[in-house]
Amino acid sequence: MGENEGKLKLVFTGHVDHGKSTVIGRLLFDTGSLPQGAIDKIKAVTLEKGKAFEFAYLLDAFEEERTQGITIDTTQLAFKTKKRDYVIIDAPGHVEFLKNMISGAADAEAAFLVVDAQRGLEEQSRRHAHMLSILGVRQTGLIVNKMDLVGFKEKVFGDITREAWGFFDSLGLAKGPSIPLAALPGDNVVKRSDNFSWYNGPSLIEALDDLRISPREEKDLRLPIQDVYKFDDRRILAGRIESGRLRVGDEVTISPGGKRTLVASLPAWLDRDVKDEVGRGESVGLIVKDEFFNRRGDVVSHVGRAPEVADSFLASIFWLGKTPLNQNARYRLKLGASETEARVNEIVHLIDSTSLAPRPAQGEIKQNEVAVVALRLKKAIPVDLFSKHTATGRFVLLDGYDVSGGGIVTQIHSRADIRHGFVFGELKARCEVFEEYYYSLGDMAVNKVDRQTLSYTVGDPVPLSGLSYKYPDYFDIVIFRDQMVVQIRAAKVDSLKPLAEYDYQGLPLVNGRGFGLLVQSPDDWDRAKGDFLAQTPETEPTVAKRWLDFNAYRRIPMGWSDFVI
Amino acid sequence: MNHLRALEAHSVFILREAYSRIGRLGLLWSIGKDSTVLLWLAKKAFFGHCPFPFIHVDTSYKIPEMIGFRDEVVGRLGLELIVHQNKKALLEGMGPEKGRLVCCKALKTEALNDMTKTYGFDGLIVGVRRDEEGSRSKERVFSVRNVRDEWDYVNQAPELWGQFKTEFPKGHHVRVHPLLQWSEIDIWRYIEAEDIPVIDLYFSKNGERYRSLGCAPCTAKIKSEAKTVSDIIAELEKTNVSERAGRAQDQEDAYAMQKLRKDGYM
Repeated sequence: MGENEGKLKLVFTGHVDHGKSTVIGRLLFDTGSLPQGAIDKIKAVTLEKGKAFEFAYLLDAFEEERTQGITIDTTQLAFKTKKRDYVIIDAPGHVEFLKNMISGAADAEAAFLVVDAQRGLEEQSRRHAHMLSILGVRQTGLIVNKMDLVGFKEKVFGDITREAWGFFDSLGLAKGPSIPLAALPGDNVVKRSDNFSWYNGPSLIEALDDLRISPREEKDLRLPIQDVYKFDDRRILAGRIESGRLRVGDEVTISPGGKRTLVASLPAWLDRDVKDEVGRGESVGLIVKDEFFNRRGDVVSHVGRAPEVADSFLASIFWLGKTPLNQNARYRLKLGASETEARVNEIVHLIDSTSLAPRPAQGEIKQNEVAVVALRLKKAIPVDLFSKHTATGRFVLLDGYDVSGGGIVTQIHSRADIRHGFVFGELKARCEVFEEYYYSLGDMAVNKVDRQTLSYTVGDPVPLSGLSYKYPDYFDIVIFRDQMVVQIRAAKVDSLKPLAEYDYQGLPLVNGRGFGLLVQSPDDWDRAKGDFLAQTPETEPTVAKRWLDFNAYRRIPMGWSDFVI
Repeated sequence: MNHLRALEAHSVFILREAYSRIGRLGLLWSIGKDSTVLLWLAKKAFFGHCPFPFIHVDTSYKIPEMIGFRDEVVGRLGLELIVHQNKKALLEGMGPEKGRLVCCKALKTEALNDMTKTYGFDGLIVGVRRDEEGSRSKERVFSVRNVRDEWDYVNQAPELWGQFKTEFPKGHHVRVHPLLQWSEIDIWRYIEAEDIPVIDLYFSKNGERYRSLGCAPCTAKIKSEAKTVSDIIAELEKTNVSERAGRAQDQEDAYAMQKLRKDGYM
């Protein structure tokens, strides 16, 4: 939301003990944002224990948080300056409570990473920055705290800022203000401090007021349907507009069905709330001209600007569950108002949160790990790339009753790709290997059984036997037309790779139509590859006769039509 | 969209999620300003209908005007109302003189938990706000209570991107908090903008008014000249006193509310 649309939501993140709660407590205290009652209560609690006033107690409300001196769960507090209103979100820094950090930070429009000047960036500092990039927080800044403990030295501040900005750059995070401060004594929180003679930048509060959050550039209408009401003679589709605008009379598409209709009216309980036009963030009701069967999870958009409808995509995910995510296990996926079952077809790689280096996965994603995965859904749902539409491009995964992970959609394998037999990210290969053929007694010709072609991606099981074919459990499909190789291992798609990156492994080879290749050795393979890549329409029959074995895996049954065989 | 409209839209979104995802649902109506705003938002969310019952947990110690206002609103809006009391504790003479927290636990927490079981609710919509007190500031929008109605506050489920906790084992129930992100002054500004009828006890008589409503013996008035909603807003813009300063049970112990709420208090 922009400046005129409510309060700016701001999260403070960082490693445990680097002083997030103290920074916020000091900010609230020095700006007089706290009711007297709250301060008195903390004075009473700290005096009882013989301690000095703890600014962190303003946020750490639970007894367990105060006795252990750590933030367990996220808190939100309102706070205002002369310039604008804020909601300040405190997020725990302890690795054990990363799920609570995410619950807080997912709501934020801007974030500050708090770093202890004595200790520099630590594991959770980096992990939190990584999470902020996945959560799509658009404005990020740095606070180097506890500068009093390093003698307010400019070099310490410069070194930490450089290191942090380097890390932000590799994450693609925006670099906002970087502020040296000392929260406990209060230097540079509200007022600029004389202890920083070398620093000409703003105090924290000045930096906050200078933050600019530009509205998201998402113009296309996305209205996920939460529910369909029929309390009276009206049939109302209810939902919240996640992006774009909607007017009475607009022609809309309702995904995934793709039916078109017109917006008849935008009803409301009170006459004064009835509108002709609604926009982003509004919870609306919608009556459409044609009453199709609509349900929760459908997405209303404008004709020609609809989301993709897909049952597989690539995503960056973080896992929060105590039980690791298991490749091939089934999880419930919730994306917008859609809900379906999802399977992780492949863990492409894990990402080390401290170095951002990819590393191979061993079939699972452990708690607090981040990974790139290929997901396969039980049914196709409306979905967008996260970079284009936030609300329909991110999802959570449930393990049992609990939200155990979340992710953002980075590549979609849409239905438009289905004519390609194999799809994985940008890689596509045509294939008729699993198509059924028959000799038509009426036509006296070989016909293909007409049915909706399926596409397969990495991790999918494939139908190894059909009416007109039977393949082994392990083999490689060489698709010369697209110069791609698909490797089938244990009856599943194991990989999809360009021909140039393929090494012959001695397994049976099949071409894109399901014919066996007469290849027995690496030497055969090199010659066959050379012949196929060099073939012309004139040489094609010769090359086929030399290298293809029609009978290896296929036979052609006889029939009259698709229905008879 | 301005701040109030953004709050309204988000609360309506939450109410609709609850109605769509949670089985048997009820709305806890304490007759105070917050749950009266909640009632208004429910009418907006469901186009003038209220597709679930309203529930009043009656301690029998409520300020008498509250019961009159309750029955007037129920009649005017045609609401389905459930009134529930811990009759056993009342017969045994439960009252604040037995200890404020003991009394709150018996007449509010236990009555509420008993009501939830009696009527088989899977979800209760409650008008608590983060700015009221510390343990509420840590709440989730959808917050599960186990079979013993306990809140496992150190181990709350992640809540992000408008995906709420709508799955839980049978026998658990979920507290739905559509007003969590509203502040006290937001509530009053919304009451003013929407012209929502609220109970008179909030308005100054003889230089005093209630700022927060509860049971008569444990709720103190504040000194105030605020006779209208806009007077109250002006007063709140200047005040430096906590909203619940007049609620005696909060002052019993530094963690009084955390302890009450762990056992199922709203």
